[in-house]
Amino acid sequence: MKKSSMGLLPVLLWLSLFLVVPMLIVVGISFMSRDDLGNVVFHFNLDAYATFFDPLYLGIYWDTIVLSIVTTALCLLLSYPLAYYIANAGPKMQTWGLALITVPFWINFLIRTYAWVLLLRTQGVVNNLLLDLGFIQEPLQMLYTKGAVLLGMVYTFIPFMVLPIYVALEQMDKKLLEAASDLGATGWKSFWHITLPQTKSGIMTGSVLVYVSTTGMFVVTDILGGAKSAMISNIIQSQFLGARNWPFGSALSVIFVITSLILIALFNKAMTSRHMTAKEGR
Amino acid sequence: MKSKNHPLLGIHSLLVMIFIYLPIAFIIAYSFNSSRLAADWSGFTFEWYVSLFSNRRVMEALSNTLIVALVSTVFSTLLGTMAAIAIRKVGRRSKAGIGGLLYLPIIIPDIIMGLSLLVLFTQFHIPLGKLTIIIAHITFSISYVYVIVTTRLTGMGGQLEEAAQDLGADAWQTFRHVTLPQIMPGIISGAIIAFTMSLDDFMVSFFVSGPSSTTLPIYIYGQVKRGISPEINALCTLLILVSVTLIFLAQFVLNRGKGQKKRSVLPF
Amino acid sequence: MIELSGVEKYFAGQVVVHPLSLTIKEGEFLTLLGPSGCGKTTILRMIAGFEYPTKGKILLDGADLTSLPPNRRDLNLVFQHYALFPHMTVEDNIAFGLKMKKLPAKEQQERIQEAVEMTQLTPLVKRYPHQLSGGQQQRVAIARAIANKPKVLLLDEPLGALDLQLRKNLQSELKHLQRSLGITFVYVTHDQEEAMMLSDRIVIMNSGKVEQIGTPREIYATPTTLFSATFVGENNIFSQDGRLFAVRPEKLRAVRSQDGAKRIGEVLDVLYLGSIHKLVVQLEDEPMTVSIVLDFTDERTWQVGEKVGVNWNTEDEVVIGP
Repeated sequence: MKKSSMGLLPVLLWLSLFLVVPMLIVVGISFMSRDDLGNVVFHFNLDAYATFFDPLYLGIYWDTIVLSIVTTALCLLLSYPLAYYIANAGPKMQTWGLALITVPFWINFLIRTYAWVLLLRTQGVVNNLLLDLGFIQEPLQMLYTKGAVLLGMVYTFIPFMVLPIYVALEQMDKKLLEAASDLGATGWKSFWHITLPQTKSGIMTGSVLVYVSTTGMFVVTDILGGAKSAMISNIIQSQFLGARNWPFGSALSVIFVITSLILIALFNKAMTSRHMTAKEGR
Repeated sequence: MKSKNHPLLGIHSLLVMIFIYLPIAFIIAYSFNSSRLAADWSGFTFEWYVSLFSNRRVMEALSNTLIVALVSTVFSTLLGTMAAIAIRKVGRRSKAGIGGLLYLPIIIPDIIMGLSLLVLFTQFHIPLGKLTIIIAHITFSISYVYVIVTTRLTGMGGQLEEAAQDLGADAWQTFRHVTLPQIMPGIISGAIIAFTMSLDDFMVSFFVSGPSSTTLPIYIYGQVKRGISPEINALCTLLILVSVTLIFLAQFVLNRGKGQKKRSVLPF
Repeated sequence: MIELSGVEKYFAGQVVVHPLSLTIKEGEFLTLLGPSGCGKTTILRMIAGFEYPTKGKILLDGADLTSLPPNRRDLNLVFQHYALFPHMTVEDNIAFGLKMKKLPAKEQQERIQEAVEMTQLTPLVKRYPHQLSGGQQQRVAIARAIANKPKVLLLDEPLGALDLQLRKNLQSELKHLQRSLGITFVYVTHDQEEAMMLSDRIVIMNSGKVEQIGTPREIYATPTTLFSATFVGENNIFSQDGRLFAVRPEKLRAVRSQDGAKRIGEVLDVLYLGSIHKLVVQLEDEPMTVSIVLDFTDERTWQVGEKVGVNWNTEDEVVIGP
């Protein structure tokens, strides 16, 4: 390394020591086993991975993937029109709109999850309102259901989707649309052939962020879901902080990262298919 | 540009905005509700804010949070800025590799980062506490500082530094009189982001904190799991206020100076 | 003054500048002229010290500065987009180089004063770059460089970002400035008219090679290569008996009678350009058009499609190429 790039040395050391090495250790531990006290025993085997193929865990992981995909799809459906609206609004509206979608990005997700406890619990805001209006006679059980988990996930991660899409729409060359309408494409056609492919990078970034974050999020399920709605991240978390089965927790982490990478690659491939062959918008 | 949005798009956007803000509005409103238990409104009060500041555990968590945030901000700002400056001098191939490594903390899920650090600290018998939280926070904050300072450096271009050298400045003088003043808004803004990230972090801290190093988000988590309380509403309201203020400050600082392209403090 | 001897430059194994030897005289206004990517900026950056030659030497006043860093070379560069420090006022920008040299405060003040007066910036010294127009920023860039009293001033397309009218004004200012300073200017441009107007000597470059070095008059009157014949001014290239020669449009004559004409053709277009007008003629038997400039005393009218004879004096033929 040249003298002028010595400034990188501390960072490289730091990230190696506290990012790369720990992750390698986790991969290593996934091939170990544990003793009765929960200590890791250095004995190479694939038991931890074998445990994963228990139908119980396979089912949980399947549920997690479904939940993450549904969350991502819902976030995309809700976010794209909103981002589009703000990006195409007048300058004043745009400034306000951007501020309004940036703020929730920086509000702690714990707080935002907690907000739904306040709203959905038996004596919560929603039930009280419905009772007062006479729609229901008995409070509804909304908290600790799968629906509450999905709602919480969408609510928590929607800013992760809106912002990248907004950035992509904003950076898109608006002259392209004028050129398209000059060539006779308007409305849906120009949206489908120009806008959507041009904002692909934003959709990609947003979807990856939402998908990975949903899969890795144990707090929403913990707070809004019941015991039965545990997701893979809850299992991982409990292997490290409760049950102390590190090899199993490590194996699940490795599986989580690898399947996420595969799904992202598949999604990326689907996005670059026939209709979406525009070059990266960023 | 004239707005050419369809009215349905406007209605959709309004509804999504209400969806995003209404729940938060309820937290803020209930933090001023004088009733401890009921969901009904029973009068305005500051009582919960007062009791928050006399709660010893909250104050302890606050002090832990601030210590962690301050220390991790200083180190991550220093390391991230150094990296952003130095990476310009390396060859293209190693730049791609090192740049990828510097992005990694933003990409990898918090839970993976948290648990792998827990494993590291346990394996090397480092007691969990403020120190381990600080190390974890530095690790992810470096990336955010790096990204923000890098955008500022890219915006500056190479010519200003060449001009300084041409006028007789050596490497240090060029850095001191030209590069540093030019990227200062990026550094300050990066530091504010690092501070906010640290203040807000729950996932990573949850894995690497010890019994005596509870931070505010960890405290909130514990309380939320027990159910709702008006003090938590007040605490959440304050935290929202602080984070949002800091972010707008960071955004403002980054885009200070005329003729600059507007930049975002977000990593994409 | 400056001597480049056998200077060569490779980027990633690609030749950017072929071996080049060149002596630039004291007080000379020398222009490196060529299309973008021809290597002219690379040569300038090697003289300034931002690039190091792969081979060869660069001497300033007889002293080898090939491996000296830019901050230790007694010459200054005016950057293409000025590279003014945005966080400093005009005055601080100009003072920068003097502060780096740690000149006494009094001398700094005198030099700033002098540079500001020469470039007519006196009322603007307290402003910041973003408060100035393009032409004013350009002047600050020059003032900042000349305040250091360099032996040589290097200019990298300094007028490139300005509009045509402003360019014209600044061109004559630059020429005037160079005369009154009496220092060597090395100027890079792709604008041949600008090069003709300003330079004592022009170096024409193409794909990293020098095509021709000469005074504007030599370059115009006796181009030695096909490239310099066609890059500077308009030219008609004829080939006869395996040799190439060029005849400028103003040296061609259009005649109605085709007897004894050297070439015969058909009028393709008639262009009125104010003081002159121009015929574009499609030659018979040859797949090429020639341009003929008719001066304002020529009252004849021409129709498109008309047959025309093309003539010239043999002494106006300029043989080009090997």
